Amino acid sequence: MILVRAAFLPLTDSAVLVAAREQGFAAANGIDLELVRTTSWATLRDRLVYGQVQAAQMLAPLAVAVTLGLSQQPAALSAPFKLNGNGNMLVMSGEFAAALEPDLPARLADPLGTSHDFATAIGLFRRKPVIGIVHRFSGHALMLRYWLGSAGIDPDRDVVLRVLPPSLTVEAMRLGEIDGFIAGDPWPAAAIAHGLAEAVAIGARIWQRGVEKVLALRTDWMEANADTVDRLLLALAQAARWCDDPANRGALAALLARPAYVGEPADLIEAGLSGTLLARHGAPAIDEPDFLLFHREATAFPWRSQALWIYSQLVRWRQAEPSAEAEAAAGAVFRPDVYRRALGGSGEPMPGASMKLEGAVAAPTGVGAHRAALTLGPDRFFDGRVFDPECLAEYLAGFGPSAR
Amino acid sequence: MRIVIVDDSGARASVLEEGLREAGYDDIHFVPPRGAFVARIERMAPDVVLMDLGSPSRDTLEEMLLVSRALAKPIAMFVDQSDDSMIGAAIDAGVSAYVVDGLRKDRVKPILELAVRRFTAFSRMQTELDEARTALANRKTIDKAKAILMAQRGLNEPDAYALLRTTAMNQGRRLVDVAEALITASSLLGGGAA
Repeated sequence: MILVRAAFLPLTDSAVLVAAREQGFAAANGIDLELVRTTSWATLRDRLVYGQVQAAQMLAPLAVAVTLGLSQQPAALSAPFKLNGNGNMLVMSGEFAAALEPDLPARLADPLGTSHDFATAIGLFRRKPVIGIVHRFSGHALMLRYWLGSAGIDPDRDVVLRVLPPSLTVEAMRLGEIDGFIAGDPWPAAAIAHGLAEAVAIGARIWQRGVEKVLALRTDWMEANADTVDRLLLALAQAARWCDDPANRGALAALLARPAYVGEPADLIEAGLSGTLLARHGAPAIDEPDFLLFHREATAFPWRSQALWIYSQLVRWRQAEPSAEAEAAAGAVFRPDVYRRALGGSGEPMPGASMKLEGAVAAPTGVGAHRAALTLGPDRFFDGRVFDPECLAEYLAGFGPSAR
Repeated sequence: MRIVIVDDSGARASVLEEGLREAGYDDIHFVPPRGAFVARIERMAPDVVLMDLGSPSRDTLEEMLLVSRALAKPIAMFVDQSDDSMIGAAIDAGVSAYVVDGLRKDRVKPILELAVRRFTAFSRMQTELDEARTALANRKTIDKAKAILMAQRGLNEPDAYALLRTTAMNQGRRLVDVAEALITASSLLGGGAA
């Protein structure tokens, strides 16, 4: 058995790592997977960068940012496997949500209308709304910025974005320190269940196939331990398949509910796994089958175009200086080549390409794939924009100066 | 040199502060990571910020260091990035440090070393305290189980203890677990002998 230590945060989307260990997929592939619970992204990053762990459940934009030297000690990181897609929700206190469409299914079905309602509402408040994000380099923050920007709201000027760890979001809502937050499950669900907030936007409806957490490795370690990496990816792919199977939801929720992992009630976690979302305390649940994806449609495949989309947003919000080198380095964080090497013989559906247009699939579509048939689910952005990774500058210009 | 200690545990912060004062630093401030703590730190304009690596509020602090106008200078973590053994020791001890860039390395290093020593000492103290508490609780449980055996089986104390120990060994369980099971069973059977 090869020892691999992996850091994670108590979130529902640590599921694939937890299942890989607890359901024996890691052991079956010769990996002794030790999971290290961590309470901040900064500490997870430091443990990975300074070699205390070999792997981490990392926010995809943080892996790009560390590689570009934007978050403390620079280090070349690689993401050969995505641990999930989607899973986020934006929630706000009743006071702020009151300015939005009161019909919840209608509100959540129309992110563009809701962002414009929110833009109008900002003028009515006597202060800037304070919205919690878990990290500036998170998929959540990028989606929130994208959503705000769609209504001409400048996220750096018109609202206050406050960084706080997911586990403290509910308490911050209770104390009135924030007016809302965007985070991964189960924290938005917990805030709603406590009657502190209601749903304003669902991640899966901002970008239907949003990038979330990745398996991040140090590139030098990954290259020096190819066999271990292959075994680990095989274990994770089997775990992801197990996590996505509706028959296993109860067991997975019970696993994650343990204090050593997420430590929140199993029914709350299971609701998120099945996409049965409570949007307001006491309201009927809303069904969002794409709320959280682990395995189907080759969710784990690290499309380079998705790393480049992250880079495009870092440039858009002036968090990264644009350059050809930075663009290449950002794109190279996602490693479809390693994914192919590790899982090529496993029967997993394998996309033939490494890049694609992001946001161009409107309905489930079969695509060129080796071995098994692969269907890609709809991946549109709510505003209908399409990201062509070959035309990054044009894409950015399309947002216009008014978006900033 | 102004040092700010961000810590949830008042006890650990005191242990660290005491050490720093003994070493001749006297401009030390303690800020618990709650509420608007970053605004307080910002106003203090520290040269060094020491924080528990396990604190969930590290992301909040780092964001402040990135965007703060008061601390416009870049911030480097762990003083000297090339000093791997120092970094390893700091992470093992659970210390993270943020230092105003440009502060001379030889001025910061002793502070970090001291913090590492004090954090380590504190966690050792904590472990010893926990172990002592567990040992005491275990002894009480075992004494109670012995008393039950003495009352109900008419054994003397050494024999009662020997019986517990043999049972534990035969079942491959801990002595205290056997004792606990006995106490539970006895209370279920209404044996008020203990």
